[in-house]
Amino acid sequence: MSATGYNFAYLDPQTKRMIRRALLKAVAIPGYQVPFGSREMPLPYGWGTGGIQVTASVLGRDDVLKVIDQGSDDTVNAVNIRRFFARTADVATTDRTAEATVIQTRHRIPEAPLAEGQIMVYQVPEPEPMRRLEPREAVTRTLHALADYGFMHVKLYEDIARYGHIATTYDYPVMVNGRYLMSPSPIPKFDNPKLHRSPALQLFGAGREKRVYAVPPYTRVESLDFEDHPFSVQRWDEPCALCGADDSFLDEVVLDDAGGRMFVCSDSEYCASRQHAGHTGPAHRAQRGSLAAARAGEVGIEQGKPVPASNDTASARLGRGPASS
Amino acid sequence: MYVAVKGGETAILNAGTLLAQARRGDPAVSEVSVAQIAGQLRLGVARVMAEGSLYDEELAALALKQAAGDQVEAIFLLRAYRTTLPRFGYSQPLDTARMAVRRRISATFKELPGGQVLGPTYDYTQRLLDFSLLAGGEAPVVAEAAQPLPEHLPRGIDLLGEEGLIEPELPPPGDPAPADLSREPLSFPAGRATRLQNLARGDEGFLLALGYSTQRGYSHTHPFAGEIRMGEVALEVVPEELGFAIQIGEITVTECQMVNQFAGSSTTPPQFTRGYGLAFGEAERKTMAMALVDRALRCAELGEEPAAPAQQAEFVLSHSDNVEAGGFVQHLKLPHYVDFQSELELVRRMRAAIASAQPAQEQTA
Amino acid sequence: MQANDRLLTPLLRVSGLTRHYGARIGCADVGFELWPGEVLAVVGESGSGKSTLLKLLSTRLAADAGRIEYALLGRGLTELSRLSEAERRWLLRTDWGFVEQNPRDGLRMNVSAGANVGERLMATGARHYGEIRAAAQDWMARVELDPARIDEAPSRFSGGMQQRLQIARNLVTKPRLVLMDEPTAGLDVSVQARLLDLLRELVTSFGLAAVIVTHDLAVARLLAHRLLVMQGGRVVETGLTDQVLDDPQHPYTQLLVSSVLHL
Repeated sequence: MSATGYNFAYLDPQTKRMIRRALLKAVAIPGYQVPFGSREMPLPYGWGTGGIQVTASVLGRDDVLKVIDQGSDDTVNAVNIRRFFARTADVATTDRTAEATVIQTRHRIPEAPLAEGQIMVYQVPEPEPMRRLEPREAVTRTLHALADYGFMHVKLYEDIARYGHIATTYDYPVMVNGRYLMSPSPIPKFDNPKLHRSPALQLFGAGREKRVYAVPPYTRVESLDFEDHPFSVQRWDEPCALCGADDSFLDEVVLDDAGGRMFVCSDSEYCASRQHAGHTGPAHRAQRGSLAAARAGEVGIEQGKPVPASNDTASARLGRGPASS
Repeated sequence: MYVAVKGGETAILNAGTLLAQARRGDPAVSEVSVAQIAGQLRLGVARVMAEGSLYDEELAALALKQAAGDQVEAIFLLRAYRTTLPRFGYSQPLDTARMAVRRRISATFKELPGGQVLGPTYDYTQRLLDFSLLAGGEAPVVAEAAQPLPEHLPRGIDLLGEEGLIEPELPPPGDPAPADLSREPLSFPAGRATRLQNLARGDEGFLLALGYSTQRGYSHTHPFAGEIRMGEVALEVVPEELGFAIQIGEITVTECQMVNQFAGSSTTPPQFTRGYGLAFGEAERKTMAMALVDRALRCAELGEEPAAPAQQAEFVLSHSDNVEAGGFVQHLKLPHYVDFQSELELVRRMRAAIASAQPAQEQTA
Repeated sequence: MQANDRLLTPLLRVSGLTRHYGARIGCADVGFELWPGEVLAVVGESGSGKSTLLKLLSTRLAADAGRIEYALLGRGLTELSRLSEAERRWLLRTDWGFVEQNPRDGLRMNVSAGANVGERLMATGARHYGEIRAAAQDWMARVELDPARIDEAPSRFSGGMQQRLQIARNLVTKPRLVLMDEPTAGLDVSVQARLLDLLRELVTSFGLAAVIVTHDLAVARLLAHRLLVMQGGRVVETGLTDQVLDDPQHPYTQLLVSSVLHL
């Protein structure tokens, strides 16, 4: 299946060594943005080229790769990147968080807890957490060098003064190991607490901006806040309509043009495995048949998302998988 | 819900097939060959080579064919191919003074040694659609000149240099090896060699707009087209085992030397300053715009206050690359519903808070 | 003992300060001492070098020669060029203040008045929103701004109010030294008078030391204990304010004083 004429995992060995050197430096200085010679990749900038280069550099033949976008293994970009590595590296892929050794993600951290030995690879569009307040790179680098982050709190102050609370909901800036201010990538702030003292190694790649950075296992990661306006995460009034989870990030699914909607887990694998284990949510229990019909009819899909496709089926469709490799 | 569907892979494969079909167009019309593109759309091919940073007419023509004529897409294809190639070494500096000139003009001298050589140019054509091309007319036969051009035409701008009227073009102190932007990230402040590399790969449209802005008062550099030349130059490398330069081929380049506003003071005699542009192939518009922007970016070194967009190195260099820009602008097409959901939830909550506060306010009012 | 030490050491000591712009002299061989609580006015026409001097003092401009020493808390007189960039920035945002001639240059115009006053507190580690806000309101009141307008953008304030906001923004960390560049120059005469009264009161009640650059001898008369008269980048005369203005010695000072009526 590996496309001929290209190196294992696409990048040539020298480039991978260069990126691994940059990653080692990033691990040594948690949260610090290390410049690296980002290459043009066969996918466009902004579509995960940083994450892909990091994954390509750390991936070995025995690794099991999971790729998600918006929490789902089946979004177009996740499928595309998984196909890329299936073609160029021929590694095993999986939907299951617990089975994966390398997880490349865009915009989410899986709900299932991560373990030691796992590597999270985040796709980062803008590595500089101060960029919206200060566009000049020469200035932001100086501010990092001096740990001069006062004006980040000015922004939070303004939010509270204007809205009564901090109004940043995603890409919520964090302090890493009490030293470097870091963008966690555009994950919802709901996921920020998962960064803190995670047993997994967390690597961040920004291809277009040519930076990598890292949070080593068990590192302190704190979201910026005020003592009297502590950091808090989103909560929903209802559990996942399909699996009943009340601890996961929920996507809003519009059911019809009359305002009908339901909330379901953004982490499709988490939701599916909970349903597999027998958990059900309110919508699922009450109107299983009519709902599935409504969704298929209204949104024009061939198969509803909530159907708990087994891992084997997914692997077979991808033409490969842990069993067939 | 295109994103949440199992089977996205099939959709992606189908989209790819549809694209291939759309590219081919009407099968009743014969397919365009890569050789035809390379031979008959040479200016399009030149731009793909220049901004794709790879001098290969066949691959650039292939990229244009695959991209259905979309230049930025073709540039992206060529770049993604280029990055996988091994790096054997670096060539010796091109000596454009020894160019086999096909075109050489100067706007600053009425006449100069070797003469003004117009070459193949659109400059003096009347832009009238030539309907005879619809019928597939034959190319005219060009008469040979009475006497051949001298093998090497000296650069007109060097005449100024002999009198000390223009700043000399010298390597920076210590003559450090220039950075290689295709291997190392851009960092600021960026030296001139780095800036020129960035501009040479930069998007023609972006440079054209910036160069144009300098002529309309957003930084003023009083440019004159000192010399523009196009033709073939020899490419030489020094293999380590040989220790001397050997020619490995020749490439077509266009070079533009702008003569700009003089600088000086009561103690240092005034001299004209330079802006420089160079690109693969026939690329006159690009190199002229590049030279204008190069000169504008030298503001700090020449003691000018950086105020206009074309003078802001971080602004210009960070946004010139159309592969980076095209990717990032279009990544907005990717699903963003998790972030949007977070914002949606916040806006709903804030609206609810205001709605519940309103009746109370009305009562107190 | 400690109080004695403080009396024996100047807060700021400047010597041989020189800066050229190419062949032109920006400021040459300037020296003076400033004591805690003392206000020094630097006067002269435009081009006299007084603005260059202020830029050098604030370390926004590097000197070609000369020394600037400041009595750092707990460290005594220290040459500023020996401070690391981090220490220098810390000093500038805690123990020093800088009031720009144009308040728009000294304020963040896109955030509220409260955030402007609170920024230095946040930059030095304050993390309690309620306390930051209370401090901002307190300082707005001290500079005679309505604390109820804490959430308004500075652009909705008049020029005089913006200038007072800028002063509050600087004083919130209780600095010991404030540098001011023509703080009243852009204001109407009536507004000027009110601001001068406020400045005099703040300087007295907080024991602030200040260097005020002004071309307006009336401002100098009202605020400064001592005067430094500059011409062509050099100090031509220095002394107690009343003494210099009432009995100018240098011809240039005499010309300056005689050109102004009713001092």
